[in-house]
Amino acid sequence: MKLEGRNLTFSYEEKEGEVFNNVNLSVESHEQVAILGPSGFGKTTLCKILAGYLEPDSGQVLLDGIPLPKKGYCPVQMIWQHPERAVNPRLRMRDTLSDGQDVEKRIISELGIEEDWLNRYPQELSGGELQRFCIARALGRGTKFLIADEISTMLDLITQSQIWNFLIKEVKEREIGLIVVSHSEPLLQRVAQRRIQF
Amino acid sequence: MKTINQRQRAKILLAAAVLFLAAVAVAGVFCHDAAMETDFSRKNLAPSLAYPFGTDWLGRNMFYRTLTGLSMSILIGVCAAGVSAVMALVLGLAAATLGKKADSVISFLIDMVMGIPHILLLLLISFAMGKGLKGVIVGVALTHWTSLARLIRGEVMQLKQSEYIQIARKLGHSNFHIARKHMLVHLFPQFVVGLVLMFPHAILHESSITFLGFGLSTEQPAIGVILSESMKYLIMGKWWLALFPGIMLVLTVVLFDMGGTALRRILDPNSVHK
Repeated sequence: MKLEGRNLTFSYEEKEGEVFNNVNLSVESHEQVAILGPSGFGKTTLCKILAGYLEPDSGQVLLDGIPLPKKGYCPVQMIWQHPERAVNPRLRMRDTLSDGQDVEKRIISELGIEEDWLNRYPQELSGGELQRFCIARALGRGTKFLIADEISTMLDLITQSQIWNFLIKEVKEREIGLIVVSHSEPLLQRVAQRRIQF
Repeated sequence: MKTINQRQRAKILLAAAVLFLAAVAVAGVFCHDAAMETDFSRKNLAPSLAYPFGTDWLGRNMFYRTLTGLSMSILIGVCAAGVSAVMALVLGLAAATLGKKADSVISFLIDMVMGIPHILLLLLISFAMGKGLKGVIVGVALTHWTSLARLIRGEVMQLKQSEYIQIARKLGHSNFHIARKHMLVHLFPQFVVGLVLMFPHAILHESSITFLGFGLSTEQPAIGVILSESMKYLIMGKWWLALFPGIMLVLTVVLFDMGGTALRRILDPNSVHK
């Protein structure tokens, strides 16, 4: 499969000027691609557009030539930068995880999620533990592309390497296209085959 | 010795408050006839064991009258606050979900009702409805929904923007599913606590408009009536006529308030370990 962004232009407020103008990119589902750019260049905004959270002012996001579905499971899933904001603080982790589409037991155990964590509330888990849940939730059956927006910035090195080793193996096995946003050069060297400079 | 943690204390407090208020409400209904009974052979008695709150100038047992009055106040309070809270929920949800126009109309309504002093609006509505029980309930219900409606509106708007709800949508869940699974857990505690904390206001306002003569009619043993009548006898040294009913009213209101605060503590997941 192929995820394409064509002539994407976006601005948050009409008067304030564009965050980016006429961006084109294309990612194949066997690729792992990094998006690079200084802070404040709209990398997260681009991720949100590619995952269907935001509508571009002009241009299109196409998956195999077809626009992303507006309703139903989105084949392009995004993992957000702040796991503590991406889970409902009043639901137990078991319920948060069940939001995902038939997430396999294997994924949960390979991410190192312990059975005991499922009964806890998000406030009772650390950022790294929460991020594992967010990753598992995004890896449902229908996921064809995965966008990781700075997902390991605030995690310790051991957790980072655990999570990334798993993610790389998983996306390669299932032929999920991976788009990575990160400032960490060593990480990008290890993860990304190709780079898109902003 | 095993110490009780804050959470257990909140639970005990809540149970005690509910128990006391339910007991008063039920007892009042049963003493209604006894409260109306006049007996001139025992008029103006100071508090004693037989008449813990004394008797008034018609020889009526003040203990029974106070209980009945409080019970009526509690029932009116619960009824009016219930109606008010449902109004708040409906209007708050409508403002947050039905688009900009509905929002500005409802927000205007909230600001307008909030802008008029409570007691004034209450008097007008109660008077227009012909006073009495109906006037009081409608008056209290129509004036107390604003702050809870605003709270619910804000909460829903914030929830709609939250990342986890956007994510749930992209994970293919329907609006109804999201509302039930993700929003209800946030709104329910707000709603229940808002409802319970509305009771004391409702009770106090019911008593005050009755006290001012715009509420329940004078033959009813309502707390407001008792207090306003006892004013005339206070200067004659009949201090018990006002003191005990007043203390009981304050106690009831404080208990509701404490119960509501305890409930909030119990429902808040951030205080699970306290």
